[in-house]
Amino acid sequence: MSETRKRPLRLGCGGGRNLKFHIFRYNPQLPGDEPRMQTYEVEECEGMTIFIALNEIREYQDPSLQFDFVCRAGICGSCGMVINGRPDLACHTLTAKFSNREITLLPLPAFELIGDLSVNTGKFMRAVSERIEGWIQSAEADHVDFNRLEERMDPDLAEEIYEIDRCIECGCCISACGTKRMRPDFLGAVGFIHVARLRLDPRDQRSDDDWFDILGDDDGIFGCMSLLGCEDNCPKNLPHQTQIAFLRRKMALVR
Amino acid sequence: MKIVYTDSLVIGAGLAGLRVAIASRMRGLDTLILSLIPSKRSHSAAAQGGMQASLAAAARGEGDNEDVHFADTVKGSDWGCDQAVARMFTHTAPKAIRELAAWGVPWSRVRAGDHQVVVNAERVTIHEREEAHGLIMARDFGGTKKWRTCYTADGTGHSMLYAMGNKAIELSIPVLERQEAIALIHDGDRCHGAVVRDLITGDLVAYVATATTIATGGYGHIYKISTNAVIVEGMGAAIALETGKAPLGNMEAVQFHPTAIVPAGILTTEGCRGDGGVLRDVDGYRFMPDYEPEKKELASRDVVSRRMTEHMRKGKGVKSRYGAHLWLDITILGKEHIEHNLREVKEICEYFLGIDPVNEFIPVRPTQHYSMGGVRTGATGESAGLRGLFAVGEAACWDLHGFNRLGGNSVAETAVSGMIVGEYVADYCEQTSVNIPTGVVREFLARETAHIDALVGRTSGENVYELRDGMQQIMMEKVGIFRNGGQLQEALDELQALLRRSRDIALRNRIRSSNPELVDALRLQRMLKLAITVTKGALQRTESRGAHTREDYPERNDREWLKRTLAYWRDETDEEPTLEYEDLDIMKMELPPGFRGYGVDTAIPHPETARRQEQIDEIKRSMPDADRYTLQKALMPFDLPAKYREKNERIGVGYS
Repeated sequence: MSETRKRPLRLGCGGGRNLKFHIFRYNPQLPGDEPRMQTYEVEECEGMTIFIALNEIREYQDPSLQFDFVCRAGICGSCGMVINGRPDLACHTLTAKFSNREITLLPLPAFELIGDLSVNTGKFMRAVSERIEGWIQSAEADHVDFNRLEERMDPDLAEEIYEIDRCIECGCCISACGTKRMRPDFLGAVGFIHVARLRLDPRDQRSDDDWFDILGDDDGIFGCMSLLGCEDNCPKNLPHQTQIAFLRRKMALVR
Repeated sequence: MKIVYTDSLVIGAGLAGLRVAIASRMRGLDTLILSLIPSKRSHSAAAQGGMQASLAAAARGEGDNEDVHFADTVKGSDWGCDQAVARMFTHTAPKAIRELAAWGVPWSRVRAGDHQVVVNAERVTIHEREEAHGLIMARDFGGTKKWRTCYTADGTGHSMLYAMGNKAIELSIPVLERQEAIALIHDGDRCHGAVVRDLITGDLVAYVATATTIATGGYGHIYKISTNAVIVEGMGAAIALETGKAPLGNMEAVQFHPTAIVPAGILTTEGCRGDGGVLRDVDGYRFMPDYEPEKKELASRDVVSRRMTEHMRKGKGVKSRYGAHLWLDITILGKEHIEHNLREVKEICEYFLGIDPVNEFIPVRPTQHYSMGGVRTGATGESAGLRGLFAVGEAACWDLHGFNRLGGNSVAETAVSGMIVGEYVADYCEQTSVNIPTGVVREFLARETAHIDALVGRTSGENVYELRDGMQQIMMEKVGIFRNGGQLQEALDELQALLRRSRDIALRNRIRSSNPELVDALRLQRMLKLAITVTKGALQRTESRGAHTREDYPERNDREWLKRTLAYWRDETDEEPTLEYEDLDIMKMELPPGFRGYGVDTAIPHPETARRQEQIDEIKRSMPDADRYTLQKALMPFDLPAKYREKNERIGVGYS
């Protein structure tokens, strides 16, 4: 560590709780670095989120701490991490939620670790999209006549599609999934909800036979053990349980 | 020396960058996207409210077309925009919406029959036409004559970004994540790509390309509190500025959104007011009708933000430990509407404020939101100073927005300009053969390596976060909504002092690989140049136009300031940019400068305005039987890539 101009060791606004953050540390880029837990103390302020606390730690205490935030408003899915034992978005988690002043942060399991709390969800999610071919498959999508009136869609159906189009690919469902631990190639709830969304969309012309080729085995819909970690831990409250059950029934009817 | 070659290099994987890459790939070009983050996490996802396009399917959109959208956009810009670009945009916007519909965006649809809405705090019944049932619906937004903002509930940006991102995956376009372009490679005349730092390994690689497109979004985080995602730090504009050749346009044009929550600065969508929400003060009084009797809460964003600030200065704000704020009241919209169409707002209120907006008011105040300025380009998206360099979306000053952007026009610009500029990028790649100047590439790599070496090697010096805080505070306090010459001069002096200090930053964590402090240090040095450019532009522009408001020069001054600011940072040792100005030619305008319709008209007219108006009237008189397309062409011809020239169909009126 080199000398820099003096700054206070930490912020604080007087009278707040003294929070203890126990944070997983490991930088695979650094030769000889070992995984370990490190503790930081932060004075709590009104409205403090884990986003605010982590940035305060980085700016005032330890500039080497790695974590990912983008929108910091709960919509982009960058900041999934395990917070006191449960995967959730760090940006929308208020520290006030924890009556105990100890907060333990771990990176999401089941993803490649980049460093500390940062994991490579991007690579994983791209592979999911490629595996399920997660784009609209239709002749129309390839040759859009955008000068003409658009194809009509029932307003209720548009709403139903949007309801399950809301997945933000944060990875919390994958980290909370028991099957994923046992089967490294298990597609997981994020893949299923995307399939359910495409299957509901009349613009996508794939049949259940086509979907069976993608989902119809134990790495797909038949592997799910219905532990429902996905449903319990989805920050967007998506109806994973219903969608998985529905897809499984449809796929069971195919062959 | 590692070099990667491609035809079309796109920096930034939000909606605009993706659409340019898709255009390149569809034209058969080798295409690469570089991104700080996974594409679907881009700030485009944050566009909650909607995308403007004149489809005219909703009852309150009837009669809408390109002409009305054009006039709203030009007025909204306070006549600062490029009118030919506004025409290109409004003509292509319906096509963009329809293309995205085919690619999977679940746009909210028209439901035939009666429905209740809230207009001006009263419940009103609107009848949607039977023949429009199932077409794309639109909602009301500020500064628009018609209901033109198409949406998917309150997740428009998200559903657009996922549809577009999946299309890019279908086309097998590589998105190289956690890669940051830190310099453009150029020979003073032509751009040849970028020096790129891998944010995990720290390695530098040269990406050499025929065309390089900057699509990195705005520069919101030069301000302390911004609605923007934390990665929106203006790096695309900054590396263009650092070439000394590519100018930035209108950097002083910075928009403040009226309704970000306090203190987090997270946006609540304009849809809240579009759908009927109102603003209230400390006494619960609805104050906007007193200031803007006609448009009230739905005046243009710059106007509402100024009125709110004025009202708080009169002591009518609600005091809090985070400073004064006002209330956004959407309780009148009812539980069902809020939980359906404004769910994201409800979630933000629950998670970040611990309140339920169904029953409680939301604490809001104007907050930095959008950068109208950016890399100055011509109508094709190509830089005004370097061939082969393009810019698109918020990163560009294409100049669709002039000095104030309308709500719903930014997410529209990303998709539309991506389509248009994407074709011009592909044209350029097809028509240009490039000699790769490997010597130049080596020089740029060596320069950036030396810069990082020096930073990592320095053992004592300045703290990056202290300097960043200083910059962000100065911008908030002295280069905000209301500006004046004295404060701007102070800001400029202080920012220049910070720039000098930033050349002496020392890191506490002195490693080259994944190192957030190193990333922040590299960015801060560039952000300071942007902050100085914004401030100097604001200081020199002695008028008030759109979002740029000078207390000491309250009039819009067309006579002296109907011009665009161009900023060049010609030498690395400079402490401020050289500013030049580009006149807007009134004699070519379809819509000569006029009254925007807010407050009292105090604009100082340009002598040519009256002359041009007479000319326009004469053209109109001479063509009494011309349809609107012929007349428009006579007034101000504009060009588009051939595939976008056809007319747009609308329900009830066909292609007329």
